[in-house]
This record gives sequence, C-alpha cells and structure tokens, in this order.
Amino acid sequence: MALQDKYKELTDAATAAGVGNLQVREQDGVLYIDGEAPSGSVKDNLWNIYDKIDPNFLSGDLVMNINVSTAVPGAKVKVVTEKSNLNIRKGPGTDQPIVGKAAHNEIITLVSKSSDQWWLVRTNDGEEGYSYAQYLAPVE
Amino acid sequence: MKRRINQLLQAVMFVTLISITTFSCKPKIKDTDIEAKIHANAALSNLTASVKDGVVTLSGEVKDDAEKSTVETAVKGIEGVKQVVNNCTVAPPPPPPAPPVIAADDPLTKGITDALKDFPKVKATAAEGVITVTGETTKAEWKKIKMALDALHPKKVIANELKIK
Repeated sequence: MALQDKYKELTDAATAAGVGNLQVREQDGVLYIDGEAPSGSVKDNLWNIYDKIDPNFLSGDLVMNINVSTAVPGAKVKVVTEKSNLNIRKGPGTDQPIVGKAAHNEIITLVSKSSDQWWLVRTNDGEEGYSYAQYLAPVE
Repeated sequence: MKRRINQLLQAVMFVTLISITTFSCKPKIKDTDIEAKIHANAALSNLTASVKDGVVTLSGEVKDDAEKSTVETAVKGIEGVKQVVNNCTVAPPPPPPAPPVIAADDPLTKGITDALKDFPKVKATAAEGVITVTGETTKAEWKKIKMALDALHPKKVIANELKIK
C-alpha cells in the first residue's frame, strides 16, 4: 500500500481526469498503472505528475502505461517526430523494410493497431504501412 | 336513584365520545404518503419499497451492511412507518484487480530495439521481465524512452546507471 500512497496524487488525477479502464496494482515492490486517457494532454499531465513525485523516473517502482483513447481506427493522427520524417514500414518492427515516409507534422490516418507500439497507417498519398505509435498523436 | 344512573350513563357516554374523537379519529397516514416520501429520498432511489398498513418492505441491492442499516433507519424515520422489513441484499465485493501481465524477455527485447532505435547512446536489456537501462541521454529523451519502455509491460525499469544530462 505504501506505493499507492506515494503515487496517490497521480492516481487521483487519473480518476479526476476520467481515465478509462484505470487499473492500479501493486506487486513485488512495483506499482502498475494502466488506463486510457481521454486526450493526449491528460496523458502528458499524468507523466508530469509522475516526474514530480519521482524525479526523472529513477526509483524503478512504477510502470505506467497510459494510452490515449481517441486513437481509434479511422482517426486522424499527426506525425509528432522531433523534426525528421516518420518511417512507414512493411511490418511491425524496426527490422522491417521501409516502404514510405510521412512528413514531420503531417496528418495521416490510423487504419488499425497491430499492437500498442505499431500502428498501421495510411498517408494522404495512399501509402500504407506500419509506424511507431509513439510518433503519432491523435488530432484533438 | 334513577337520576344518578342517568348522570352516570351520561358521564360514561361523554368519556366514550371523547376517547373516540381523540384516539380513533387521529388522522391516519396513508400508505401512499409514505411511499411518496420514500420516493422523494435520493438515498433510497435504487431500492424498491412496498408499503402496506404502515409496514414498509424494502428490497434491492446495497453496497454494504452499513448502507443496509442506514436505509432502514431513514425509512423508520418517516412519519407513519410502523415497521420496516429490510430485504435488501448486500452486493458482492468487486473482484480483486487482475495481476499485472509481465511480457516475456523475447518480445521485451524486440520492443526495446524498436524503442531505442532513435537513441543510439542508450542501451537496455531485458532479463526476467526487468529492463535495465544504461548509457546517457537528455531528460526530454529519457521521458519518451521511459514511456515507450513502460508500454512494453516490463516487470520494472531500472535506470540508476543511466546518465541524464
């Protein structure tokens, strides 16, 4: 229970922000928080609170997996790379050949989710393939 | 003598009349009034109540024993209620949350490769579900990396050897 107290501000904020399927479990000295945030900004805010409670996330006592619930098949997603183009690959993995690119800040379509990490996307030119989900943010 | 009997009779009748008017004609609270008061109480809105001759039978689901006695007290407090038959059932406790699912090392290792592709100075390995991160990075990059690693369902992420510039 000690960890649930340590991260209470975080779980309270998740509840207040309407994070869906929120699951908070403590096991072997690690707290696991899973859920679906209603927007990207709610997710960002939760990570900021995490950083405040445990600066630089170095304690190793929390695994937080928050997805954004608006990222559903058919949704428009924006390429949020640092500045480079985003690789579109033949299959879900960096070992897969690159079949196309999406420009930084380009808005493309999420076709389906192969996993939490790899999403099948389609560019406006009709190129289809898998991209790393972390570089894709639902357009809000 | 006869006069005294008459007087006595009159007195008896008077007393009887008084008692009839004072006790028997006391305004009776209707069952429908009790029902209306129960319906007006938001705390009782999830329950079903039937009222017959001032006896209220409560049924429905409450979350615990405390709530069961609270609703009973609330109903007893309504004017005209003679008795409460509390047939409320206590809801079963929610099942404990499912334990976290920890990914196997092979998918973790593949996930790490994908997550660290753009961060060549950061290394990470997976052993029995535990990801150990080393190397050096910036704070902003580390946040992105930690987000990506946590999404792989590791047992934990150890990064105390990581240099954050």
